[in-house]
Order: sequence, then C-alpha cells, then structure tokens
Amino acid sequence: MALIETLDTGFGAWNPLLWLVALVVALLIAWLIRSRGESARPSGAESAKPYLSGNDAPSAEETHVGASNLYWGFTDALKGYYDRVVPIHSGILTDYVLWFIGVLALVIIMAGVL
Amino acid sequence: MFGDIPFIAAGILIVIGIVTIVTRHNLIKMVMGLAVVEAGVNLMLVATGYRDGGVAPIFTNAPSTDMVLPTVQAMTLTNIVIGIATTALLLSFVMIIYRKYGSADVRDMRRLKG
Amino acid sequence: MIWEFWSANAPALLLAIPMLGAFATPLIGRMGKTPRNLWILLITALTFVTSAVLAVEVYTTGPVIYTFGAAASSAALVSDSGGIPVRIIFNVDAMSAFMALFASFVGMVAAVFSFPSGKMESGRDGYFALLLLLLVGILGMVCTGDLFNFFVFLEINSLAGAALVAYRIDKGVAVEAALKYAFLSTLAGLLVLYAVALLYGQYDSLNIAVIAERMQFGFLDKVALALLLTGLAMKAGAVPMHFWTPDTYSMAPSAITAFLVVASQASLYGVFRVAFTLYGLTLNYVTIGWFIIILGVLSMFVGVSMAIPQKDVKRLMAYHAVSQTGYMLLGVGVGLAVLGDPVMLESFGLTAMEGGIFHIVNHAMYKGLLFLTAGAIFYQTGTRNLNKLGGLGHSMKWTMLFFVIGALAIAGIPPFNGFASKLMIYESVFAFNPLLSIIAMVVSILTLASFVKVFHAIFMGPRQERYAEVKEVPVPMLAAMGILALLTVLMGIFPQQIVDLVISPAAGALVDQGSYIASVMGGL
Repeated sequence: MALIETLDTGFGAWNPLLWLVALVVALLIAWLIRSRGESARPSGAESAKPYLSGNDAPSAEETHVGASNLYWGFTDALKGYYDRVVPIHSGILTDYVLWFIGVLALVIIMAGVL
Repeated sequence: MFGDIPFIAAGILIVIGIVTIVTRHNLIKMVMGLAVVEAGVNLMLVATGYRDGGVAPIFTNAPSTDMVLPTVQAMTLTNIVIGIATTALLLSFVMIIYRKYGSADVRDMRRLKG
Repeated sequence: MIWEFWSANAPALLLAIPMLGAFATPLIGRMGKTPRNLWILLITALTFVTSAVLAVEVYTTGPVIYTFGAAASSAALVSDSGGIPVRIIFNVDAMSAFMALFASFVGMVAAVFSFPSGKMESGRDGYFALLLLLLVGILGMVCTGDLFNFFVFLEINSLAGAALVAYRIDKGVAVEAALKYAFLSTLAGLLVLYAVALLYGQYDSLNIAVIAERMQFGFLDKVALALLLTGLAMKAGAVPMHFWTPDTYSMAPSAITAFLVVASQASLYGVFRVAFTLYGLTLNYVTIGWFIIILGVLSMFVGVSMAIPQKDVKRLMAYHAVSQTGYMLLGVGVGLAVLGDPVMLESFGLTAMEGGIFHIVNHAMYKGLLFLTAGAIFYQTGTRNLNKLGGLGHSMKWTMLFFVIGALAIAGIPPFNGFASKLMIYESVFAFNPLLSIIAMVVSILTLASFVKVFHAIFMGPRQERYAEVKEVPVPMLAAMGILALLTVLMGIFPQQIVDLVISPAAGALVDQGSYIASVMGGL
C-alpha cells in the first residue's frame, strides 16, 4: 500500500495501516456482539422499568457518576503535590507578573549576562 | 557619561513602573505603572536616535546634515498610539470589573483560580 | 492577469484582505446577518486561499521576499542603500508559510463555528471584526522579517485577543480573564520592544536577517535575548508563566479559544524564530536549549496534573493546551540543544524538531476541535460544569463522535495525528535523554485518563431529564467541527506525506540560518 506510508521516526517506523485494520476489526467485533443482543426490549409498564434491589431506581441525574467522583484517589494520593501547586494558581494578577519577572531574571542569569 | 543619562533614566522609569505594578493593589495604579514602563521604553527608543546638536530630519532647507534618526521617532510614535489603545482597553476593563465586582482591588479580582 | 497580481503580491494580500474585511464588517453588518456571515466566510476563505498560494510558492521555489513600497517587491536591497535593506520586508520561508497556512485555516473554521450566535446577537459585528484583526495579527507575526513590525503585530494580536475574551462579559468574570491577558501581554510586548530597541541601537537595523548576520552576542544582546525569549514564552503559555492561560481560555467564547490556541502558537513561533534565526549558533545553545526543554517538561507535567482535578470542561482543556505546548517546546528545544553538533543534529535533533513542529499543527487541529465541542455543549446546555453534565451522548451523537476523535488524538492514541507527532518526539528525545521521553509518555497517559473522565461525565449515562430539550447543534457548528475532525484523522493516516511535504522543510528552514540571511542580503 503505497498511499499509506510508513512514518519514519528516526529510530523506528510506524505504519498507520495496521492500526486502521485493527480498528476496523475491533469495530466489527463490537458490532457482532451488539447484533447478538435482544433487539426489542419488552415495552410495558412494569417489565421495562429499572429496579435497584427491588426499589425504584433513582433518577438519572442522581445515579450519574460525576466528574468529581472520578480520580479522587489519584488527587488524594498526590495530596502533597497538589497542596503546593494549586495555591500557586492564586488568580491574583500581581502573582502572575511576579512569576514573569522572576523567570525573566532567571533567564538573564542563564543567558550568561551575570 | 552624560550621554548615557537618557538610557539610565529609561531604565529607572521601567523599574519604577514594574515596582508600581507589583506593589500596588489598585488596578488603576497598576495600569498607571504599565504606562510608566511604556514611557521608559519610548524614552529608550528616542534616546537611541539622538545626536548632539542634531536637527529634525527634514532635508529641505536643512541648516546642517547633523540629523537625529527618524526611524526610532517613527517607532516611538507607533508605540505611543499602541499604548493609547492598550491603556484605553485596560482602563475600560477595570471600569467593568469595578461595576461588576464592586472593587478595583487586584486581590478581589480572583474568581478564576486553581 | 488578476491571478498573476495575486500570486506576486500574496504576502501583502495575506494581511490586506483580512484587514479590509475587518474594517468593512461593521458596514456590511448593517445589511443584516446573512450578508455579514457570507462576507466573513468570503474574507476568511480568500485569506486561506492566499496563504495556500503563498505556501505552494514557498515550498516549490524557496523563500519569498516581499519588500513593501519597493519598485520590485522581490528585491530586498536597493543598489544605493549601502547593502542594508531599508524597507519593511516580509520574509516568508517554509516555517512561516506553514504557520500562515494552518492559522488562516483555523481562522476560517472559527468564523464558521461562530455563525449560529444563539441568544447573543448584540455586538456580533464587532466580534467578527476583531476575529479578523486577530487573524491579521497572527499572520503578520509569522510572515514578517522585521523586528519592529513583529512587535506591532504582536500588539494587534494581544489587543484583538483580549477584547474577544471579554466579549461575553459574564458578570465580569470574562472581563477579569481579559484584563489579566491584556495586562500581561502588554507588559511582555513592552519588554519585547525594549529588546528591539537594544538590538536596533547596536546593529542599526530592524531586519532579522541583517541583525542575525551582524550578531556579536555581547552583553546587550544577551539582555535582549532574555527579554525576547521570556516575553514570547509567556505569551505562548509556558509554565511557570502559564497562569493566564486557563483563565483566558476558559472564559473566551469557544470559537475564540480555538483560535487563541493558534495566537499562542504564533508567539511560540516567535520563540523559535528568535532562538534559531535571530541568534542561531552565536548564543550558548546548550543552555538556552535546556532552558526551553525545562520549560517544556514543566509545562507538560504541571499542565496535565492541574487538568485532572478541574471541574470546568474548558478550564480542563486549557490546562491540556499548556501541557501540549510543552511537547512542542521539548521537541524543538532538543533540536536547539544539539544545534552545534551536526552528527547529533542529523541523527535525532532534526527529527525532534520535526516532531515538535508537526505537533504545532496537530495541536491546532485537535485542540481546536475539542474547544469547539466544548462550545457546542455549552451552546446547548448553558453550562461548562462537568458535575452538572451527563447523558448527552443520546442527543448529541455527532458532537460525541468529534469529541472522541479529538480526545484520542490529544492522548496520542493511534491512528490519530497526535500519535504520529508524539511518536517522533518520544523516539528522538529518547536518544537525547531517556528520562525526558519517559516523562512525555507518562504525561500522555495522564492526558488520556483525564479525557476519559470528561467523556464519561459529559456523554455517558442514561438520558437526563434536565437536558431533555437538548438537540444537536446547528449545521455550521457541525461543519466546523467535522472538518477539523476529518483533518485530525487524515493527518494521522498520512503522517509521512505531511512530514515530507511540509514539516521537514519547515524544520530545515529554522535550522538553516544562513539561507535566511542570504535570502535578504544576497539579492542585490
């Protein structure tokens, strides 16, 4: 396949064609699994209703796992890092200017002026 | 030595402006600090084109050919115009902030943070 | 006849067309909404075609010199000028043409996305005029060969960008973001101008090529270098000067955010142009190269780690923009650190630079796409809070598809475009310093993790009652997202062609300082 060329990365190579084939195969398998499912859900009052341990399921808004519920463990494990980094983003313009001036001073030193 | 005074003055103006920006908390004063920095840069630009006893660079009926450099003067004019635009924009922002937040203190302007 | 005039004056028309368009927009806006939208579409499309014409010329015949006000625009030097270019010169080499090409493209997409205005019809004419002015600023920055001219376009860029950020006042919060952006940009701009004055005072010229040829790298040049690099890196949003980025990107209208990404990249271009072309081998390239690499690594890590706990979808994406900028700084920084060593430059330096430059355009595509999907969601639901969204996959299927494409591309999942450029960066940086490469990969994984969270929070789950009314967004918005998604996929499937065609000439143009100088100084 000359059209889809291998990407030369200097040390290795990568050909998107393989991945395209893999993607198509994966989608095909997904479609196969899906097509084996029950096509029509029984439509009726009682049997179509979702239950949670015999009780009425709470509304969709309440059951949705929101963003702040995810990665709670990650941020908690890195608490020491986040407790330092988040306060730096103070939102105060003065701090922003001070960081800028500080980096400027650092570069002046690094560039070999002093 | 005396020839360097405009350059030193320009540097002092810039430092005064930056110190104003980082030490004052009133947004209007911070914008004024920025205007002082701009004045310093303008002085620096004009000073590079100055020569002792030079005349305005207009060749018609010129009393002498010792002329100051027109390029930097054109640059300064451009920067003055740009400076007016930025200062006006910044001050109008400060005005809206004061109306909506009820304060022109930089420490109160931190609803975006973290 | 017209065609010849057009291609001969492409660099000037590239700025003249959007500038004319910007100032005529309020007039045409009086005729109604549809004529104005057609006008904007025409202007942005013409600008894009002009940049394409220019790019074809640059890539086939070499750098294009355009001297303003000269009898023959291609002659940089006049015979009686003493070997100094006296006029403002646009010096469009492969790198400039590449930046201009995709900048004008993203500008067109951002304009199309803005056509359905929803409830906010007031002040739309000014909005589009400023959008075109922002385009002028970006195109001017990347095409000019004159330092003072560069400063002027930088200021146009900053002012138009800040005014657009404040467009939706939003109880003053958007104005707060705009004030921070405008204040820092102005300060950085003034310091850049101070550096320009220092260079002009020493070398009697504003032309980049002339200064590069005469560069001594004395005391004042070092000060100027520090001022230029820091100011432009701040505008590009490198950590630890990135604090304005999440504020500004999250409060600007989404189409503008997608375009502000490109505006930041124009500053990034400025960093590279200063380091490679203006100073080149005279600066202590190992130190400055490592400085850029450290900025890049910090940006990558701090950006992505700050993104993970965010609750505002656009703020989260803004932190990812900071993180992705780190990849470009890393790739090109490695190239700069080995600039003086031809063997190392040949074996991995150039590939790292190609990866970094390829990432610039990839980032503009997928990050623009992601910001546009965030805008589409905000357009329909009125909220950006991830904790309040959910179940939108049922009603906004196309937006979901585009979001998935953008998210996979930014996380570097094959076969999307983000993977191709990241792979080039990983492998070449690994040869330079394995640790940097490992950090880059970890950051990619964290990026994927954080976009899984966003995807789940917005699209997954059963249909929710509070969003029962939500439909798919209007066609122009879908078209704008669709074309970016298509390009994201295509650039991932045909990476080698793009690298060969566009990217490696751009990397070569950055490295080859001599031919940049010769293109101006050689043509007497």
